[in-house]
Amino acid sequence: MILSPSPEYLAIAPEAPGGGPVSAWGLLRLRRELEKGLPLTPKPYQTLAERSGLTEDEVMAAVRQWQAQGLIKRLGLVVKHRTLGYTANAMVVWDIPDDQVHAIGQAMTRMPFVTLCYQRPRRLPDWPYNLFCMIHGIDRPRVLAQLDRLIADQGLQHTPHAVLFSTKAYRQRGACYVGRH
Amino acid sequence: MSAVTERPETDTPGTFTGLERAVINRLQCGLPLVRYPYAAVAEELGISEADLLHTLRDLLERKVLTRFGPMFHAGEMGGGLTLAAMRIPEPDFARVTGQVNQLDEVAHNYRREHDLNMWFVLATETPEDIDRVIADIEAVTGYPVYNMPKEEEFHVHLYFPV
Repeated sequence: MILSPSPEYLAIAPEAPGGGPVSAWGLLRLRRELEKGLPLTPKPYQTLAERSGLTEDEVMAAVRQWQAQGLIKRLGLVVKHRTLGYTANAMVVWDIPDDQVHAIGQAMTRMPFVTLCYQRPRRLPDWPYNLFCMIHGIDRPRVLAQLDRLIADQGLQHTPHAVLFSTKAYRQRGACYVGRH
Repeated sequence: MSAVTERPETDTPGTFTGLERAVINRLQCGLPLVRYPYAAVAEELGISEADLLHTLRDLLERKVLTRFGPMFHAGEMGGGLTLAAMRIPEPDFARVTGQVNQLDEVAHNYRREHDLNMWFVLATETPEDIDRVIADIEAVTGYPVYNMPKEEEFHVHLYFPV
């Protein structure tokens, strides 16, 4: 799958006042280099700059702006939760009245063990649930105890829900959004 | 007390050294955008920059960590992204799993305990491709696909303490 980055990737303001425009070609190179991860060198932005034909300041400005725009969600570790020992993985789905789903979805994110939370469409009559959250835990009893805490904390005792534990991961990989080489 | 010797919270797995634990937990919270980010984090943890980089390289080599660096926001990239589910009778489960996983657009595929027992993420080059891929899957497998794209994302800071 080959995706071209959207134009906002290329609109990086120069760091220094009066500085020249940041090379679009360099920014595309940087975008591709970053896809491989941050270099494990003492000055990783300098390393990226050398690889993409930009200056260290330009690289840092681009990363800062892409983070501010939400294009980069965060800069840090991408972990395999299974490898870290989080082998119990429950998708908990809820049938929440439409006028409450936003508030309850936001409240759920305050529970430290909720790792993802989305509103999605119901598919009636087969699928009545419109709020999906993931709980990743060490084992099932602990995940179920966390779910009990969530239900008590949010007052969801009478809200229809279902717990879908995963029993097998057939495929687990990140999608690649810049062309593969 | 330095973070390296601090005990993790309960409910965490326990197969890592104190140093590895400190590095994994700290770096899940992000890296500062400064010229010497590893030195800055190492100082916070009370370890050397060389030890931090060595530990990171080792965890990556052992495939404990998938990668280190920016997480790009998939939805912002102009592609299509959705969660889809299917109800597959047991005798057909292996065949359909094979057919679905053949597609490049399938990013994750989990078996789950429910009447809808196959759940996968589709990531496509354009939003319009989602419908085409779903139609392909239905044609090849002979079973309907329930398409459940996100309507709203409630932002969670993913954190797996060890």
